[in-house]
Order: sequence, then C-alpha cells, then structure tokens
Amino acid sequence: MISIQACLDGVLLGILFALIAYGMALQWGVMNIINIAQGDLVILGGYIAYFMYLYGIHPAWGVIVAPVVMYFVGIAIYKLVINKVVDRDLFISILATFGISILFMQLMNFAFGADVVLANSDYGTTMLFNNNVVLPNSKIFSAFISILFAVCLVIYMKKSKLGRAIRATAQNARAAKILGVDTEKVYAATFGINAALCGVAGALISITFTIHPYMGLPYTIRSFMIVIVAGLGNLPGVAMSGMGLGVFEEFADYILGTEFRIGSVFLLLVLILVYRRFKLSRKREYLK
Amino acid sequence: MRLNKIILSFISALAILLSTSVVSLAKVVGDKIVLGAAISLTGKYSSNGVHTQNGYNMAVDRINSMGGVKVGGKTYKFDIIYYDDESNPKRAAQLAERLISQDGVEFMLGPYSSGLTKAIAPVTEKYGVPMVEANGASRSLFTKGYKYLFAVLAPANLYLDVAIDLAVEKNNGKGVTVAMAFEQDAFSQDVRLGVLDAIKRTGSKKVIDDKLPKELNDMAATLVKVKQMKPDVLVVSGHTKGALTAIRQISEMKVDVPMLAMTHCDAAKLSKQHGKNSQYALCASQWHKTLTYKDDFFKDGMTYDADFTKEFGYAPPYQAAESSAALLVFKDAFERANSFDQKKVRDALAATNMQTFYGNIKFAEGGQNVDKPMVLFQVMCDDAGKCENKVVAPTKWASAKLIHPIPSWSER
Repeated sequence: MISIQACLDGVLLGILFALIAYGMALQWGVMNIINIAQGDLVILGGYIAYFMYLYGIHPAWGVIVAPVVMYFVGIAIYKLVINKVVDRDLFISILATFGISILFMQLMNFAFGADVVLANSDYGTTMLFNNNVVLPNSKIFSAFISILFAVCLVIYMKKSKLGRAIRATAQNARAAKILGVDTEKVYAATFGINAALCGVAGALISITFTIHPYMGLPYTIRSFMIVIVAGLGNLPGVAMSGMGLGVFEEFADYILGTEFRIGSVFLLLVLILVYRRFKLSRKREYLK
Repeated sequence: MRLNKIILSFISALAILLSTSVVSLAKVVGDKIVLGAAISLTGKYSSNGVHTQNGYNMAVDRINSMGGVKVGGKTYKFDIIYYDDESNPKRAAQLAERLISQDGVEFMLGPYSSGLTKAIAPVTEKYGVPMVEANGASRSLFTKGYKYLFAVLAPANLYLDVAIDLAVEKNNGKGVTVAMAFEQDAFSQDVRLGVLDAIKRTGSKKVIDDKLPKELNDMAATLVKVKQMKPDVLVVSGHTKGALTAIRQISEMKVDVPMLAMTHCDAAKLSKQHGKNSQYALCASQWHKTLTYKDDFFKDGMTYDADFTKEFGYAPPYQAAESSAALLVFKDAFERANSFDQKKVRDALAATNMQTFYGNIKFAEGGQNVDKPMVLFQVMCDDAGKCENKVVAPTKWASAKLIHPIPSWSER
C-alpha cells in the first residue's frame, strides 16, 4: 500500500515537473538557452493564481489567466534581454538568465512580500484501496491539467504554422531563415510559450503546494535534470523522466528519509551524466 | 579621459562627504542615545524583519514620549540607525562592523532570525558592544560564552517540549509515541533537540524523525509514515512554510493524530490561510496578548495589541512584541548603570530582573532569558469558521481548555 501511495504521489508530482521541463526543453532546443529563471517564472505564475484567489476568484481559473499573462511577460523578457544573448554562447545566456532570476526573486519579494502563501482549492480528497491510499484531488487536478496542456501543445506544434516554424528553427535556424521563417519572431514566441507553460505550472503549484519568492530554484534544477535525462526534442522522454523523477523522489524520501530527498536527486543527476559520458566514449571508440 | 577624471573626483568627494557626515552620528549625541540595528527589510526574512522594526519603533516612540531615559540626572531619547541586511548573514556581519566602527554605535539591537544573530554576535563581542536581541532563539547562541549578547526570548529548545509534557499528562503520566518532522536549519534543529530531551525525560518514544529540506513544500512521504505508525503526537517545525505545508497536506491526506504541535503558526497566519483545516493545531509562541504581564509603558498585552494595531494596521505577532521588549530592557539597564560606559551597561544588563508586558526578563549566564516560559495556544474555530488562537498551556495562563484528542477527520 505504501509503495502504491508513494508511486502515485510521485507520478502526479512528476507530471507537473514534466510540464515545466517541457517548456525548458522547447526553448533550449530552439534557442540553445538554458533558462535559470525557469523556476522564478513558475513562482510568478503561482502568484497570479494566488491573487485571483485573494480576490475571491477560484484559483483554478489561474490555469487560464496565468499562461496568458505569462506569455506576454515571456515576450517582454525576450525583447529586453534574451534577444541580445540568443546567438551568443551558452555561458552568456546562463549568466543573463541567472540575472533575470535574481531580479525576479527580488521584485516578487518587493511586490508580494516574503510570506509563504498558498491558494486553497477545496477540492477534497480521493480515497482508494479501503482508505489506505489517499490522493488529494488538487494533485489529480494538476496532473490532469498538465497533461491537457502538454497534449494541446504537441498538437499545436505539429499542426499550426507557427509550430512548424518553431520546429524548423530548432532543426536548423539558418536554413529556416533562408526559407523565409522569421526566426526572431519564432524565438520570441518560443520564449513566450515557455513562460506560459511555467505560468500554468505555477498556478497548479499554488493550488497543490506553497509558493514563496525564493522557491524557484528547485524547479529550475528539477526541470534541468529532466531535460538532461530525456534529451532535447524528446517529448515522451521528458514525460517519462519527469514521472520517473517524481517516483524516485518519493521513494528516496520514504526509504532514506526526507533529508536525502533533494540530495538523492542530485546523486541521480551525477550518475546519469557519468553514465552518458561513459556510453558516449564507448561509442566513439567503436567508431574509430 | 577628462570625463572619467571628473566622475572619479565627484565620487571621491561624495565619499568624503558621506564618511564625515556618518562619523558625526556617534553613540550618544546631545540628548540622543543612538542604537544600531541591521534588519532584514528585503530578502526572505523581510516580513518578520518589518515586524521587528515596527516593534522597535513602537517602543522608541513610547519611551521617548513618556520621559525618555534618565542617566546621570539628564534625560535622553532613543534613536535607532537601521540598515537593511537583505536577509543575508554575511551582509549582516558587514553592517554590524560598519555600525560600530564607522557610525560609532556603542549599543546594538538584534536582527531578525537566529542565523543573522549568529553572524552578528561575534562582531559585537569583538568590540565589546552590548546587544539586546529579540529574535534569535537558537540554543547555540547561548553556549558560545558570549558576554555581550542578551536575548529577551526563550531559547529554541523550549519551544515544543511543553507539548510533549502536555501529551504525557493527558496519557495519565505514561510515555507517548512521537513523530517528528523538522526542517534542517539551526532554529528547527534546536527545537528538535528540546523535543528529544522531553522524550527522554518523560520516557516517551520517537517513532519518526524526519529532517525536512530547506526548500520544503511537500511532506507527503512523512505523512504517509505518520498514517502508518499512528503516533500520539506529531511535531512539525519548519518556519512558516512548514506550518502551512503541514496543515495543507494533513487536511488533504486526512491524517489523524491525537495531538499536532507546531511552531510559527501566527507568522504563517495559519487560521487565516487555512481556516477550519487548521483547527486544533497546537502552536508554540513566545507571547500572547492575553498573558497578564504588566509594565508602565505598554500596560499589558491587550493594550499593546490595541496600540500596535492602531499604529501599524495589523495585529502584532510575537516577533513585534519581543522587539519592543528589547528597548524596555535597554532603558532599564541604562538607568541602573547610570552611565554610558559599555562595560557598566553590560553588567547592568546581566543583572536585569524585571517584568514587561511581554513577560519576565532575567538573563542566564549565556544570555538567554530564563524567566519566561513559552506558551502553547490551540487554534479553535466556531461554527461560522472564524478561528482564534487560545492559550491552553501552561495552565496558569490558559484561557481555554485543551481539546484532546483531536477529533478524526471523518467526524469533523
């Protein structure tokens, strides 16, 4: 029963992580930018839902409002900062987004205060297996919404003109440009879409967990890790590694103790990187 | 090139101007006693930093308007130089250096949080500057042999041991099983040590001992264990995020425990953010407005509560009350020392034995206040969903009877 509980908790959590990671994979793939401010965009989205809740609107509406607002925030960030670093090397973009991250933390702290807040959805709880497994409906809701948004986005990327342009740019920006794709516009849209996804995830986090101006970094790290494991442009991979990470975290927490939760995530990251390196080097030797 | 020179000379002129104007602000100027404080006005502690500052300011205004401080037959007024430490220990230590060596401050007030107090204490100790602090409760502050550090609050290890005693009392004096979840920071780990002592003392047993991460917002795994082990008491301490996360997930996962004890409930505005879900939670607090301590400046807790609310527009959390008390302690010490000599003031502080609206104050060798017990209040809600914190222990101050055991979720 405990394993089922931990598994389900992990899967539901992982789906949410996967949504954030998907946004990161998208813009990393298209623009070659690792966005350190990813987690802060998530938290900002959370505050949008929280403020709706404060004004008496059900925070679940945040999953519609937050992405719209965040899309424009994303475009603004792109126009102000990212477009100046997009074709520079990775290090510059990491520095730039790191700066954005600090700026966002301080601004959010300034604007919303340093209190830990949350939005209550009052969704109740689902009991399974003779009340031995409990799932908060808010977690089920967030997993469902995450999947919904991910599926919509996949379809959009396949079918729409902009989606195709984004994919073309990801494959070869120069060729896409020659063939008439306005890559500048594509970049802006990609960053906006990423921010919108963060907004959705943030709204869901304010419903299921808590938000705080300085809580963004763990989300950045988790999504970074998911993308590293899955590889760029590998959507099922992102979903699977997201869920895998969620389950892994819950089990590590349960078996090793909560204090090793984050530590075990990092350990896993190191192991995977070493393994990849090892596999890569073997391949190279084989090619020789 | 010339422009650069102009800018450079402008900046150096400015720097000289600033440094001279700063030096003129010495410790006691005219009829002013200038105290220094590094406070978290930005950064992650900024809300409690502001409570601290409001508490200080409230007491300064009150003492000044009621005749000030009488030393050597002359009346002095308090004044405070504030700097923003950005919730950063390194910055706090730098600012303490600056307050003492540049601004000439000879008496300090504490910052917010144990971590920042820990950063500042070595500096004030080095210069022999007496510091009265109101917001650093970590036990390790009082075991280092600091001579110039005085804390008006009870140390962290006393926060929740009352709860274990209470549970044992309810269990007819027999030991209880305790599940613990504490954040990995200095303060919460000290609270944990206190609980461990109480467990040992009462012959109780710990069944879960989880350490929560600093970026804590999910403790589902701990709660699954709690459901399985069915302990008599669940103790949680992880600042405001710990309190909020615990109540959210306990209510969502329908975790039944006979007793739930926490810290930081009023800072987390628990009853406001969670309403009826927070009902029956026991919370450790340094102060509560219904306690019957008295002094000449703020009268009692209820008056302080009303005055503070009038001035700042919100009810004072205990962080504000204890900060106000720090100024009362300083005033008392200056008058008894009848001097501004740092050593004499330090000795006067060490001999403090007084009552304030916040509680009795008497310092032990290590600087902690040993004359003021912690109180436990319980969140109690009426049928309309309006929740209030009522003191239930120690019995001397109880304004309501403890509800124990907590009714199970299926009965609520």
